[in-house]
Order: sequence, then C-alpha cells, then structure tokens
Amino acid sequence: MTKVSMTVNGKAVSGDVDPRTLLVHFIRDNLRLTGTHVGCDTSQCGACVVHVDGQAVKSCTTLAVSVDGANVTTIEGLAQGGKLHPMQEAFRENHGLQCGFCTPGMIMSAVDIVNRKGAGLDEATIRHELEGNICRCTGYHNIVKAIGDGAAAMGGQKAAAE
Amino acid sequence: MTDQGIGAPVRRKEDFRFITGQGRYVDDINRPGQAHAYFLRSPHAHAKIKSIDLKDASAAPGVVAIFTGDDIAADKVGGLICGWAIFNKDGSPMRAGAHPALAQGKVRYVGDHVAVVIADTLAQARDAAEMINVDYEVLPAVADMAAARKAGAPTIHDEAPDNQFYDWELGDKAGTDAAFAKAKHVTKLDIVNNRLIPNAMEPRAAVGEYDMGSDSLTLYTTSQNPHVARLVLSAFIGLAPEHKFRVIAPDVGGGFGSKIFIYAEETVCVWAARKVNRPVKWTADRTESFLSDAHGRDHVTHAEMAMDENGKITALRVATKANMGAYLSTFASSVPTYLYAPLLSGQYNIPAIYAEVEAVYTNTAPVDAYRGAGRPEATYVVERLIEVAARELGKDPADFRRMNFVTQFPHQTPVIMAYDVGDYDASLTKAQQMHDTAGFAARKAASASKGKLRGLGYSAYIEACGIAPSAAVGSLGAGVGLWESAEVRVNPIGTVEILTGSHSHGQGHETTFAQLVSSRLGIPIDNVSIVHGDTDKVQMGMGTYGSRSGAVGMAAISKALDKIEAKAKKVAAHVLEASEGDIEFKDGKFTVKGTDKAADFGSIALQAYIAHKFNGQELEPGLKESAFWDPTNFTFPAGVHICELEIDPATGVVTIDRWTAVDDFGNVINPLIVEGQVHGGIAQGVGQALLEGAVYDAEGQLITASYMDYTMPRAQDLPSYNVGMTITPCPSNPLGIKGCGEAGAIASPPAVINAITNALGHENITMPATPEKVWKAAQSSPHKLAAE
Repeated sequence: MTKVSMTVNGKAVSGDVDPRTLLVHFIRDNLRLTGTHVGCDTSQCGACVVHVDGQAVKSCTTLAVSVDGANVTTIEGLAQGGKLHPMQEAFRENHGLQCGFCTPGMIMSAVDIVNRKGAGLDEATIRHELEGNICRCTGYHNIVKAIGDGAAAMGGQKAAAE
Repeated sequence: MTDQGIGAPVRRKEDFRFITGQGRYVDDINRPGQAHAYFLRSPHAHAKIKSIDLKDASAAPGVVAIFTGDDIAADKVGGLICGWAIFNKDGSPMRAGAHPALAQGKVRYVGDHVAVVIADTLAQARDAAEMINVDYEVLPAVADMAAARKAGAPTIHDEAPDNQFYDWELGDKAGTDAAFAKAKHVTKLDIVNNRLIPNAMEPRAAVGEYDMGSDSLTLYTTSQNPHVARLVLSAFIGLAPEHKFRVIAPDVGGGFGSKIFIYAEETVCVWAARKVNRPVKWTADRTESFLSDAHGRDHVTHAEMAMDENGKITALRVATKANMGAYLSTFASSVPTYLYAPLLSGQYNIPAIYAEVEAVYTNTAPVDAYRGAGRPEATYVVERLIEVAARELGKDPADFRRMNFVTQFPHQTPVIMAYDVGDYDASLTKAQQMHDTAGFAARKAASASKGKLRGLGYSAYIEACGIAPSAAVGSLGAGVGLWESAEVRVNPIGTVEILTGSHSHGQGHETTFAQLVSSRLGIPIDNVSIVHGDTDKVQMGMGTYGSRSGAVGMAAISKALDKIEAKAKKVAAHVLEASEGDIEFKDGKFTVKGTDKAADFGSIALQAYIAHKFNGQELEPGLKESAFWDPTNFTFPAGVHICELEIDPATGVVTIDRWTAVDDFGNVINPLIVEGQVHGGIAQGVGQALLEGAVYDAEGQLITASYMDYTMPRAQDLPSYNVGMTITPCPSNPLGIKGCGEAGAIASPPAVINAITNALGHENITMPATPEKVWKAAQSSPHKLAAE
C-alpha cells in the first residue's frame, strides 16, 4: 500500500492505496465521489474526465499515485457557493444530456476546451475538440449548442470579473 | 397550455442531479460487506468443457467462493428464457436450446460464462480467475449464418441439429406470387443489415443482496424494466418468490434495448449473494459489454418489389435470414418476426406482401432488440427498394413515394397492421420545403466543381409503437401482456406522487410525466414527483422500450388521473355544499356551476384526508387511485427524413451536409425532449450507415471488442439536425401520443445509403459505408467518371 495525498474540490484528502489504483477508483471508491464515471477501458469515452492542476485528464488512465500532491477538481466541485457553473447551466438549458452518464465528463471537458480555446467557439471547433468524449443519447446536437452557450457565458463572467 | 403543462419545452427536472454528479447509477451503489464478482469467460467460440480445476484459484487471497455451471445445476436455477413463442411454417414450435446462466459442459461463444469468482476485492477476483484451469476441447465454430447453415456444419444446440432456430412466414404467398407474375416491372435487391453493438455509455452492472432474517433478495440492476426482471428471475429462473424479491433499477445510463433483457450476470450475482450471504457486485468493463451485451440487427435479405405499368406497387416479397447468436436472448425471437415483417408495407399501399424469415444459431453473442428492433430492418428493406425502383423507372423518388402512399385511414395492410391515422404527404412536403430540395441541383453542381460527389436520399418510415395490446400480442406468441400501470398518490397538502411501471434511462419521464399532471391538476411540476424503478414501491409494470412510455405509460397515468378527478369532485361537492353534478374542475380549481363558490385542488386534497365534511362510510377518505392501461392498437409514428451528403472520391470520406427530419409523433408533451430523442436516434442510424459494425473472424473471435476497434459516432462525424413535426393525433390513447424514441434510428440508415448511392450513381455499397468501401465504390461511379 502507498499513501497518496491530494486536494480534491478544495479539500485535502489522503488514503492508503494499492499502487495500481487508478485515479478514478480513488475518487469513486475512497472518496465516494461517484459523479466521475467509467464508461470504457481504453481511454476513449471521456466519462471519467476530471481536472488535475487545471487541465482535463482521463482519470481512468491516470494512476492515483502519479497525481500525489496535485489539485483535482471533479464534477462535484464545479459549482461554487451553491451556484451552478455556467457550463452546467448551459447543459441544462440546452437539453444537452439525456441519461446523464457521459455528462460529468462532457462538462469537465467543455470547461477545459474554453480554458484552452477561449470563449468564442464555433461549431466546427467544438465538434473537433469533443473527439475524446462519446455520448450515445443526444447525437451531440444539443451538447454542441450547450458548449457554445456555456463558453459565451464563461467569457461574459470573465469579462465582468476583469 | 400552462407554461409547464403539455406542449411546453420545460427544462428537465432530473438534470440538476446529473450535471452536478449526483446521479445514482448501479455502480455507485455499495452495500456493507459487499464482495465482488468476476466472470471467467470462454476464450473459444465453441468448445466442450472437459474439466475445470479450481484448486489454486480457490486458495488465492480474498476468494470467497467460485461457482460453475455444476453449482447452478445443483441448485436447480432455471435457464435464461426467451419470452416469445414463434412457430415454423409447418406449425411446429421454434427449436430453442437451453441457456444456463453458467455454461454446462459446453461454451457457445467468446464471452460465454464459464465460472464466477467472488472475492473481497475485484482485483482479487480477477487475479484468482487467472488461476482457474479449464480444459477445453475446442470444436469447429460457425461465426456467420451461411457457415452455420451449410450441410455438415457443427451443431450448436442439439435441439436444432442444422442450426435453424425457426423458419417462419407471414402473408399470402400465392397471392403475392400471382401479383409478381403479372408485374410490369420488378425491382430486386440483396440487402445486409449490419450487426451492431448497442453501447449504452453506462456498462451493465448488478448488486445482489440477501437478507437472512426475512429470507429475501434485493437486486440493483441496470434494467429498463425491473418488474419484468423480477418476474423472470422469480417465476422462471426460480431464485425467490416475488414477494421476497425486490428489484431496483435506479438511474440507468442509457439502454437502447440492451437493458431490457435478463442476463446471466445479474442472475448469478443475486443467486450467489444468498450462497455466500454477502452482497455481490459486478460491473461490466467495456470489453465485457462488447462481448456479452445482446447485439442488434444482423439480417441478410433478398427483397423484390412488383409494380404495374403506372409504377403502382402491387406486391412485395421478402426472404430474410436473421442471426440469433449462440443463445436466445429474452425477446430475440420476436424481433425478426412480429416486430419486422408487419412493417414491410411501409407508408405504402401494397396489396400483397409475403415474408419468410429463417432464424439461425451462430457461435456469436446473442442478438436481440436494439433501438427500433425489427422496424429499422423493415424500413431499410422498403426504403432501399422504393428508391431503387424509382431510379429504375426514371421517376423522382419523392413523387414515386407520393403516388404509392397510403392516403385513406384506417388502412389495413396485408401484414397484420391496421394504420389508424396519418398524413404522409404532409410530412414529405414539409420536409422538402425545410430541406430546400429545390436547391439541390445547384448545390450538386457546386460540389462537382470542387471534384466532390453530392447526393440526396429520402427515407419515409413508419413504425409500430405503443407496444402493445396484450391480447393481440398474446395471440402472436408473446409470453406477457404489454399494458402499463400507474398509481397517483395525492398528499394531504396537494402535492402528488406518480408511481409508474415505465422506467426512465434518459427519456426524461420525471419531467414529461409531471407536465401531464400539471396540465390535469393545475399544480406546478415541482409539486409532482415521479417514482419508478423499484418493485417495492411500484406494484407492477412492463417497463420502457418500443417507444411505449408516452403512449402506454402516460395513458395509464391519465386513466388514474381521471379517477382522481372523479373522486375529488365528490369530495368537493361535500365541501362546497353542492350536488356532484354541478362541480366543475379546471386549472386546478373546483367551482360550482352558476355560483362563485370555489376551492383549489390542495384544499380539496386536504379535505379528502381530514374527512370531516363527508360520511366516511359513504365516501372513502383519502385521494389515491391506480390504473392499468391496455392499448387497443399499436401506434404508428411516421415521417420523412432527408439526408444530403458530399463524397470526396479521392478519400472516400462522406460528409453529411444537411439533415432534415419531419416526424408525426401525434401530440407532443415536451418538444425539447422529443427533438432530443430524434437527434439521438439519427446519430445511431448514421452510425449504423457509416461507421458501426460488429465483426467476428471465421473462428468466432469478436474483432471489434473495444472503442479502438468499433467506431462509435463522435461529434465530428455528425451534422446538426433540422427537425420539424407534423401532427395527426393518435386516436387509440387519451393523450393522442404515438411515441418518438426509436424513429430517428429507424428512419436514418436508408436516408444515408440512398444519398450515397444517389451521389455514386450505382447501388453497389453496403453498411457501414466506411471510407474504404466508399472510395472503392467511387472509383466506378459514373458521376466521377463523367467528371474526369
């Protein structure tokens, strides 16, 4: 067993884990944060996306011990002060989800896309950037709309803050 | 219409928990003392199990127990069932082979269940499974239907020595043959409907639990129909009587048919939980999903359409071979028969139809219902044939469809179905306008100037939903009735709980069902909660599949609400001191005709429970009613989809440029949700047409068993969709709903292939039309050659 410590959603956490433990299992099983999902075993579907030190990673192919000391945000940590993140709002407003299983990973990826590409995203960019996230329910139409709207809202929020 | 009632695009109530990571799926559930199950699966497609040596594995760290088929047999656990009896042409019953939850003496496909290891952790169970030594005698395998039906092919089940499961027919053979003999033109087509793997994003999972004190079982399972699961596991497989067996299907991450069925894994988990007296949990990894979820489609068909001198269709003749896989899944037998052939009339007036279907065992995963289930296969046959016929006759494909449309209703087809209502021309005309089909020629010329081939394809589909009138399906061989149940519980302060036998796994029932209640009782949707997915809460139900939750599930709720309204009026009559006949109820208010006396719904609910204002012997206190709704007919959603795409003949890459869908779903409760269903269905159909296909090699190894190998549609593969509606309300249920869940997947594959063949100028392409296939086909395209 190896001791691993990190900050998850702003809280210091630690645990003794088998060295082969994946970050997603540490999050789901040790921390009981079950919003991060496992949809495949080849790092393709993106249901497990979380942010590690501000960047999107697939937690199903990340060893928990490899992010020792890191700052991790999961879907449960996205809403701040009881207020939904603009990307969460945009998914709800645009009906960008059906069964909800891919949704946490989609939203975490979407926020990362905006962080990397800025708030003015066109449809082609959004579709291209979603290469690592699979949804079986929505046909992506409303996810693409949601990300466009969520990006604009994030841009507006940032401008207001500056 | 209130702003939250029927017809309003209300944002979904359930979304808050999903967007904040608070959804509760089966794999999120952990029970105290839980052990983990790992299934040792067959690496061979066909083999005898000579012996299984468990010695080393049993001694491995953390192992609680290991069970094999012998243990299942010793406990007399019943086999997995196929719940729809089909009869051969000669009247004899289908030849069903046994389907034990753990293999007994023989394995029949790669992924077949050989043993289950139960250990303290999943890693320990998996490690121990590697130490099990199975001595197999490998047998020759048959991975496709042609190989399985060849003389001398290895027998998969002794019950069907030649691997033919059934040989079934529907329609008037002599009349159809006579019409063909008189035909002026016959169009013939060989069609392959490719095998698909459903791939709900949530893998299947189960947690079985035993309570010794009450001698009862609980199963948490990824199910579209928990009551059906309990019925089968209880009455047929015999694990426990229903009153000592609770099945819970919490949030379920998509189903598309694959979570209708009762599988080996949940059977074993709940059985083993009693054996080891600990909760037992299993969650599929994605490769297990590929190997062992029931697959879909997999038909090979020869079809012929006869026309008279005016181009009127006079007859249709179809011969289909349907792959069942190695065992019969729960509803496998019905898919290529009664969910398929009765839809072969399409939207068209076809006087004579004859279909024969041969179902074949192969050494592959079981095949069963997948989004549309039989209806996409029928639509693909009809819409490919009609497109090719129009081309052969030199007619515009839209006009050719129009001249053959059913226009008078009700319309009795020669293959069981009686279409109740529709306006097929309205959908076609609206789709053409929305799509700007008139501008296609100019767009095609623009593409040609860039060296691209542009094509446009129609698909005018019909499906049968609202499944189904119980007596009717019973007469066709169904083992169950297909009604739905509902209970409406009004609380003393006027909030409402709806208990429904429907199950939501993405469809948004918590919102749409609440909208119905809001419209009927005049209360906000936040005052309504929808209870589903738990056999201890909801008495009975048939679940969600076949686009039935609106047409059947909501019809049951509506019927129960009728009773609530009637009872509440009696209470209101006492409270308002008026005669019952003078009480009116509208917008949540009870009024007395001709007076200004009024009471709102909440206050009448309270009076119903306080019971001070009426005699409790004459009128029962309380406000709670239940109903079962058994449909009187199928419903017939129909519409037209148009796909327009561009082919790059240098690479074979197909780019869908625009998609127009005009559907007639009858009345719509929430257009936002309905459009979402259409989008998702189209994506799955486009996936089938362009990307997806399960591939087994000749030895029966599944080559496409991961997302590295099986091409799931991604955002970049798909266009945005232009979705419109026409409405002819359904006459056979009180809400006028037809159903919308499967339409997109049914309509879209022929639209894509009709567009590709239109672009290519020849018919020589099969699904999935991958860039490699399209590139090859483009090299012989007359349109490409003409441009050069």
